[in-house]
Amino acid sequence: MKSLPPDATHETVRDALIAAHLFAASPAPLGGLAIRAHAGPVRDVYLEWIRSQLAPSQTFRKLPLSIQDDRLIGGLDLAATLHSGKPVLHPGLLSEMYGGVLAVPMAERMPQGLAARLASAMDLGRVTIQRDGISDETPVSFGLLLLDESVADDERLPPELLDRIAFRVDLTSIPLSVMRQAVQEFPEAFSDLALSHAAPDEGPVQVIDALCSAALALGIDSLRASMMAARVAHRIALQLGRSDASLLDAALAARLVLSPRATRLPVSAEANQDPADSDASSPENNADDSASASASEDVPNDAANDTSEDTAPPNQLPDDMEELVLEAAKAAIPAGLLSQLLANQGRIAKGSSSGKSGALKKGGHRGRPMGSRVGLPGGHQRLSVMDTLRAAAPWQRMRQAAASKEARYVGHHVLPSRLIIRSEDFRIKRFKERSETTTIFAIDASGSAALHRLAEAKGAIELLLADCYVRRDQVAVIAFRGRQAEVILPPTRSLVRAKRGLAGLPGGGGTPLSLAIDACRELAASVVRKGETPLVVMLTDGKANITRDGQTGRELAQQEAREAAHALAMLGVGAMVIDTSPQSSDLARELAAEMHARYMLLPHAAATELSQAVRTMSVR
Amino acid sequence: MAAAFPFSAIVGQEEMKLAMLVTTVDPTIGGVLVFGDRGTGKSTAVRALAAILPKMKAVVGCPYGCDPDATRSVCDFCKTLKKGKAVVKTHLVPVPVVDLPLGVTEDRVVGALDLERALGDGVKAFEPGLLAKANRGFLYIDEVNLLEDHIVDLLIDVAASGENVVEREGLSVQHPARFVLVGSGNPEEGELRPQLLDRFGLSVDVKTPQDLASRIDVVKRRDAFERDADAFIELWKKEDNKIRRKIASGRERLESTALPDSVLEKAAELCMKLGTDGLRGELTLMRAARALAALDGSSTVTVNHLRSIAPMALRHRLRRNPLDDTASGTRVQRAIDEVFAA
Repeated sequence: MKSLPPDATHETVRDALIAAHLFAASPAPLGGLAIRAHAGPVRDVYLEWIRSQLAPSQTFRKLPLSIQDDRLIGGLDLAATLHSGKPVLHPGLLSEMYGGVLAVPMAERMPQGLAARLASAMDLGRVTIQRDGISDETPVSFGLLLLDESVADDERLPPELLDRIAFRVDLTSIPLSVMRQAVQEFPEAFSDLALSHAAPDEGPVQVIDALCSAALALGIDSLRASMMAARVAHRIALQLGRSDASLLDAALAARLVLSPRATRLPVSAEANQDPADSDASSPENNADDSASASASEDVPNDAANDTSEDTAPPNQLPDDMEELVLEAAKAAIPAGLLSQLLANQGRIAKGSSSGKSGALKKGGHRGRPMGSRVGLPGGHQRLSVMDTLRAAAPWQRMRQAAASKEARYVGHHVLPSRLIIRSEDFRIKRFKERSETTTIFAIDASGSAALHRLAEAKGAIELLLADCYVRRDQVAVIAFRGRQAEVILPPTRSLVRAKRGLAGLPGGGGTPLSLAIDACRELAASVVRKGETPLVVMLTDGKANITRDGQTGRELAQQEAREAAHALAMLGVGAMVIDTSPQSSDLARELAAEMHARYMLLPHAAATELSQAVRTMSVR
Repeated sequence: MAAAFPFSAIVGQEEMKLAMLVTTVDPTIGGVLVFGDRGTGKSTAVRALAAILPKMKAVVGCPYGCDPDATRSVCDFCKTLKKGKAVVKTHLVPVPVVDLPLGVTEDRVVGALDLERALGDGVKAFEPGLLAKANRGFLYIDEVNLLEDHIVDLLIDVAASGENVVEREGLSVQHPARFVLVGSGNPEEGELRPQLLDRFGLSVDVKTPQDLASRIDVVKRRDAFERDADAFIELWKKEDNKIRRKIASGRERLESTALPDSVLEKAAELCMKLGTDGLRGELTLMRAARALAALDGSSTVTVNHLRSIAPMALRHRLRRNPLDDTASGTRVQRAIDEVFAA
């Protein structure tokens, strides 16, 4: 029996395999797995292994992100409908694969509508079809494998699906050899797990209490997480041949389900622990590295500790249970996450941005459906079958009569066809094109833009925000001063957030103009990636004096700013520079020229002219 | 179909539960908008409500479930039926709760030409849609922020007039469509148009409970329900029945519940202080307060009833400036404290 060195990578893979094993046994109740990995051999080995764990009756299908509603949920069976003349249902992908597993590659680019439909189907256990004359309900049951290939920080899996999925696995730093080895040795590892979890008689275990308390301590707000962890603990017990979950089952569930969702470090209670407790926790922690070969040695220790807890006063027992579960979860929080949590204290969480993949606003076949109109199908125009049939229906008797009369006249005997459709009956689907604009505001909050100007600039922006609200555009805000330029509001349509973001904006410090323009360029590029149109509005006086690496130096800073502006212009993004200096300054003018941007002087009066200007720019 | 989680077994969320019960007592209040994060039990509550509502009397054979005792707003089917005979056959049916699923097309919402009959018999017949099914019941929209714009327009229109007018494919049909609109949504994911916001009588904010005991309770009950739904429902049956009786008696008492002028004055004062748009705020406040009093079993509406219902009725009507809304809940509370301190 090979003993695996207890290092983090091996543990990660072991956990990943345990999670996959549990998932394959009951895909729908556990929701699924979110797998973060580069598309490559490591992920392939993992996916192959998951497939091998499935029963023959469980179908495994790939879900393309561009899937249309009628294929996902079900819809009109065109041929059958035309043949019989009444609406005939064609079942969708979800109802076809009852009990199976759906793999979704590039899940971070999932459109919001698709995520909502999947979430609704998972909640209700059924899909309802109410479209094109069909009214139907079919039961569904499926598990999801969300394959997260995101590279940039702004791409995220749809949060409503993440909430409903038990496990999250990160394979990005796993070498292929480790993965292969773990897969080979899994059966042994699993039997070791079974041994180490063999429950001594602990009496009834408050699994749910312990898990809820651990979730709360880790700052996990959603109650679904705790419910899912309880479900997983139960399933672990079942896999190991028991009907009730034990403490160690709960600890393992906490590790698999709760740790990846942690948003804060639990407050350490070590200072309050007395020696008996701290002795108890360390061997239990070792036991949590449950797949290690030396687990068998730990079991007697566990039993000893457990009995010592049993003899302890009864009101200590719940605390120890919760401590155990919490410790297990804490131990498994990925190292990167820890440092990130520490670094992120006080930073605003990035907004949701799972979006459509790039592009194209070709007319007529993208966007929200909006009924139909008269027209011939072909090219980008899609036939709206039901509306066509409805247009043709009232004429059928007349046409049939005319057709058979004609046939008799000519001497032919014609079998009446079910439907006679003429070109004027054809209806094509109409879509509402979404040419969404995201307006990126870059606010100069430095000392040179004096404080009262800042207040005015904020007021102008609020007016512009109101405009954006009316037009249903998105807004984003970048603020720059001192040595950095920060995205204080990622693109959002939520004005509540916008107002909040603007409220606490401080002023003062140098003007890192080049950094600001770089930040604008990056944000604009990510907006373009999402298939929307960015618009940059920069409020500044143009007096750059901080360079990219934080040094003061007017000459260099201004040169860098010009370079950055040029790069932004190359992106082809519409831009506008609003000069906040008391009188029109050359620097700001030159900046606008470099950026190929419009130039405007922020008037002293209320900024209604400003909003006019931005409005005309975006309606180009 | 999966069994519904019992209404009385929902932990906490008292404001949301109250709002829903109040609208069942008086459907003219105009529906409930539930805002909140994921996993706060919004859809659970609506589906639980469906299971708990007392049955209603409907005309046999009427596609819109018309009330046999109603004199106004009857459909054509019932009108012809009544002209013919004096006595009309009725039966008890469960109150409809219709889900507006994502991806619904207009023809299914409004109703359209019955294609089978048109192609088969050559007859122009109307096939009723979801609005017809929801008449005298509830229409539930999950993720109301994601709803298509043109369907929103449709719903606003019908909810306002109480009637669905269909003019398409050679059809010209009118039928009653009075329903309570219940919407759920996540405010972080997008704004609702003010016209749609206004259509909702009451709004509530829900959050996941922050105290450990409640959280454990929620998870435990859910776990018990999943393991054995029937036993769990049986366990909570008594409580559910209590609520059902409360609703039924509330409905009976509604007409006779008195609304004294002093209370009306307070309501108007409150709305003026908050600067709500139009008079719908007062009307809703009045109706909701009366329904709450009826639900509670008192024969007169008191200032306390007004106090408890005011936040729900007014918090979503405060916005004039879309940027101005960060503390609408507290604004309402402050105004209430001032007006009712006297």
